[in-house]
Parts: sequence; structure tokens; C-alpha cells
Amino acid sequence: MSEFLRGVGRMVTADRVIDARGSFCPGPLMEMIRAIKTAEVGQVVEVLTSDSGSRTDIPKWAEKAGQELVEVVSRDGGDAILVRKVK
Amino acid sequence: MSSDRLSFVVASGEADRLLPVAVLATGAAAMQTEVQIFLTMWGVLALRKGAGRAPLSASYKDMTDTFWKQLEEHHVGSFVEMLEQAKEIGPVQVLACGMSMDLFGLSLEDLESVVDGVAGVAGFLDSAQDGKILFV
Repeated sequence: MSEFLRGVGRMVTADRVIDARGSFCPGPLMEMIRAIKTAEVGQVVEVLTSDSGSRTDIPKWAEKAGQELVEVVSRDGGDAILVRKVK
Repeated sequence: MSSDRLSFVVASGEADRLLPVAVLATGAAAMQTEVQIFLTMWGVLALRKGAGRAPLSASYKDMTDTFWKQLEEHHVGSFVEMLEQAKEIGPVQVLACGMSMDLFGLSLEDLESVVDGVAGVAGFLDSAQDGKILFV
């Protein structure tokens, strides 16, 4: 695969990936909050989730907490939700 | 901090009512809503030290094994663990009703440490009056 194609659909690489697939709501949200708390400013945390609530919950939380939602993509049998710590 | 406030009056000691309380409290805490949980009647007994798993409500008790198995498999902690986690991420206060404590002959030391204190009804309602109150 060319460098160009490798980047398609994955614009940002996470500094930390947490596989929370199989956890019920609000488990994946809790994982995201904990990971953002301990991350450095500028780092990106990715949570993999199979819980249908996370797709709306984590973006809402990010907005409220003033953190940056990078992307929400479907992959590996769930959603990958990426948030950058901005403060 | 947000001026939003959500208060629960938890009179039930049934697992299928306590779980949604814990989930809602966690979600509210994540959104920086102030949460107050006022335990009364059987809700107080559910947080006695060593109380163990709460029973399911009578209509659904046949589903008890499946209920706990599903929760375990999907990494859902106990009511106490969920409240502890909610406290980690936001403003959550857990209070036990003074009248119920007297009724059951309990003191604060008899309850799980996630319980912050004992409160009277007037004090609780006073601090809950500007927000939403849910009775469970």
C-alpha cells in the first residue's frame, strides 16, 4: 500500500488506544475520561467500543469537557472514537 | 462548574433499579452535572457493608442469573464500584436518610465508604430544590 493510501480514512494516529469493546455503557466513556485525564496536552486517545451509546456519548462529553473530537469511524466490529486532549 | 443539579431519591434496594441510578449518575457526573443520591428505606440497606448483591425486583427474579452473568461479561461493576467511579469523574454526593438509619439502627460506619454522610429530609430537599429530582 502506498503512503498515500495508508493515510486514507485514518488522518490521525492515536497516542493511546483502548479496546473497550464488550463493555456496556458507560464503560467506554469512563475509559475515555480516565485516559484523557492522564494524557499530555496534544495527545490523542482512541477508544474502541461496541456499545451503541458511545457514538453519541463520547462526542457530547468531549464538547462539554472542552476537548477536541478528532473522528468517529466504524471499524473492527465497533466504533473507533478519537479525542485530542487540548487542555 | 455547571449549575445543573440532578438528585435521586433511592428508596429501592433492587438491583434492576440501582443499576440505572448508577449509570445515570455516572453520565451526569461525566457531563459535570452535580449529582446527589439520597438513599432511603431499602436503598440504605443496599449500601450496608457486606450487603452483597441486591435482589432483582419480584417480577423479574427468574432472570437473576442471566442479569448478573451479562453484567459480569460486559465489565459492569457493582453499584458501589459504579458510584466510586462516578465520584472520580464528577461532583457526586451520596447521602443516607437519617430517618431510615434510625429505623434500621444503623450508623454511618455500617455503610460502604462511598456514602458521604447522613442527611435529614429538609436539608436534602433544600439542596435539591433548584435541580431535577428523580424518585427510584
